[in-house]
Amino acid sequence: MALLLGQIPRWFNSIKLSSFIKASQITKQSARPGKTLSNGFSPQALLLSSDNCFLQWEIKTYRTSSLWNSFQSANSNRQENSSLQSTLLPSVSEKPEIIPSLESELPLEELDDLPPLSPMQPISEEEAIQIVAHPLLPLSSFTLGDYIDHSETLQRLVQLGVDLSKIERHVDAANLLLRLDFEKDIKQILLFLKDLGLEDNQLGPFLTKNYSIFSEDLENLKTRVAYLQSKNFTKADIARMVRNAPFLLSFSVERLDNRLGFFQKELELSVKKTRDLVVRLPRLLTGSLEPVKENMKVYRLELGFKQNEIQHMVTRIPKMLTANKRKLTETFDYIHNVMNIPHHIIVKFPQVFNTRVFKIKERHSFLAYLGKAQYDPAKTNYVSLDKFVSIPDEVFCKEIAKTSVDDFEKFLKTL
Amino acid sequence: MGSSGLARLQGLFAVYKPPGMKWLHARETVELQLLKGLNAAKPPAPEQRVRFLLGPVEGSEEKKLTLTATSVPTLTTHRLVRGPAFTSLKIGVGHHLDARASGVLVLAVGHGLRLLTDVYDAHLTKDYTVRGLLGKATDSFCEDGRLIEKTTYDHVTREMLDRILARIQGSHQKALVMYSNLDLKSQEAYEMAVQGVIRPMNKSPMLITGTRCLHFAPPEFLLEVQCMHETQQQLRKLVHEIGLELKTAAVCTQVRRTRDGFFRLDDALLRTQWNLHSIQGAIQSAAPRVAAELERNLRLRLGHQQLPSAGQPWGSKDPSSTVEVESYSGQ
Repeated sequence: MALLLGQIPRWFNSIKLSSFIKASQITKQSARPGKTLSNGFSPQALLLSSDNCFLQWEIKTYRTSSLWNSFQSANSNRQENSSLQSTLLPSVSEKPEIIPSLESELPLEELDDLPPLSPMQPISEEEAIQIVAHPLLPLSSFTLGDYIDHSETLQRLVQLGVDLSKIERHVDAANLLLRLDFEKDIKQILLFLKDLGLEDNQLGPFLTKNYSIFSEDLENLKTRVAYLQSKNFTKADIARMVRNAPFLLSFSVERLDNRLGFFQKELELSVKKTRDLVVRLPRLLTGSLEPVKENMKVYRLELGFKQNEIQHMVTRIPKMLTANKRKLTETFDYIHNVMNIPHHIIVKFPQVFNTRVFKIKERHSFLAYLGKAQYDPAKTNYVSLDKFVSIPDEVFCKEIAKTSVDDFEKFLKTL
Repeated sequence: MGSSGLARLQGLFAVYKPPGMKWLHARETVELQLLKGLNAAKPPAPEQRVRFLLGPVEGSEEKKLTLTATSVPTLTTHRLVRGPAFTSLKIGVGHHLDARASGVLVLAVGHGLRLLTDVYDAHLTKDYTVRGLLGKATDSFCEDGRLIEKTTYDHVTREMLDRILARIQGSHQKALVMYSNLDLKSQEAYEMAVQGVIRPMNKSPMLITGTRCLHFAPPEFLLEVQCMHETQQQLRKLVHEIGLELKTAAVCTQVRRTRDGFFRLDDALLRTQWNLHSIQGAIQSAAPRVAAELERNLRLRLGHQQLPSAGQPWGSKDPSSTVEVESYSGQ
């Protein structure tokens, strides 16, 4: 023990013990700060509890007398050297000077046991070589790149494919990720997600979107999955929904229930059809409901579709429910008034609401110029709308317009 | 890879702006597509940092430790940590085109932004095809404006239209000479007038250097207009005024720019070609022409400066302004 104590650099005495108070107040979950200090100056790998590290993301003054944190990698093959464990100074309101009176008041008995250190005390070569003098980590930063080389959690997340550059824009998210420990917290959630059916390469994008899943309780997540299964969603369905709408599992059971009920009532669909709809576009459940209500009104009142027509179109193209109102009306205006396509044909091909308006305008004006703009199935030279919008330019020019792509481009330059 | 992509992305190019699109939206779409192309390039090899690590001394029996310098890969420059390599590009726009008009829109990227001012100072002419419709007049001179009057147009013939266009061209010719501040009595100015290169080299109102009727099928007619210092709304007003001269009414249905300086319709890139590869190709192919034209215009402008101007007597010209090669500001 004496050897270990001898390794403690001399400025251990100037611990800002007020920081311990703050640390213990803020982390109610564990009273670890004091304990790790007392227990852990062993050369063995000691996973530093990330709870000790508080990163405040305001700019603060940097105090040289402060202790700094060094994250130890669990599986580093270099010999474990004694690194200091410390708590970063958490709050802005701390005074910069050392207040010696505070130190004596604090009840950490371990400190009293330590013999007084002297800088003149000779130490052996081995001990000298093991004094680590890394450059200090910044106390506050706006980017996670400053901490990634010292945090195994972050490194593993990057290997999974999580985009840290997007997460670091959210201050709370970045703080959360730094505080978490891979083995204890993150791994459980990842295993749970894998059990759900997410592939390895899908975990990265999922976590980039929904980083707050780490702060969810595993029991809650399991309850929600059980609820979805009780509503007869298959396992593959649930995996697909979670992949396409990462925030799905962050919604409570009653909220999910409300939303499913909303869609069933609003669209007056059967249970099975609502299920299919939600599986195809799960972001209906996680997104806002106001645009859906608006769009339903637009379809009914402004565009003049009947309820069964809307049902048919929405089951074919669920994205119509969340489309932009202005673009919808613009598309419909062009298709109905300029291309003269009646309602019953539009209902058969709802894909037209999913394409860009300029594409429809360009292709229709080209066909009108060639005299081939015939959208009535009863007459000859009929052009079906789904081919009209979905096929790529080369195929469109060759098969429907019977010209070359060059002619189409020349025509576009005359518009 | 990314740096070479950016290196070939310096210069001027032209896009075909479709009707209904604001010019700013076109510029932003081009920027987005270029960024997508640049960021899709292969990321460089991961950086290494030098760390001093503890390790046993080579070839010693006892367990002695020493510090060795080793290169350790670091993740700080990883794309997922630092973000995409390119987040914005400086793209400048030449002469604007309003939302209802279409046609050649000159864009500049990188070093081409400097050339853009030179192009502007060259005061080159632009070509438009303007489509008009006889029989009605609206307040915004376009088809979708508020209708003001409807008229008959049976009395309009091709000769009437040609006559009016010739008159317009003649009056603008006079204005050209006046705004170019040249004393036509001098020999150099006469030679320039013979060649047809007289034009104002500084600010002036819209001037039409040439106009003719390409197609006349009442109620529609198609004009070709060469002009400078114009806005598209002024061209629409021109159609309205032609209608008034013809003792009928006319609205403008299409304004399309076919040439902007030395960029023609063939050089303009369509929306499907707004990607990194095509734009780089367009810049490369346009670069020699741009250099040659700017060189020619620079000589012309210097020559213009040295000529005696209409309002000033001989000898009172500032001698410093004639010799400077770098100063591109007009008179």
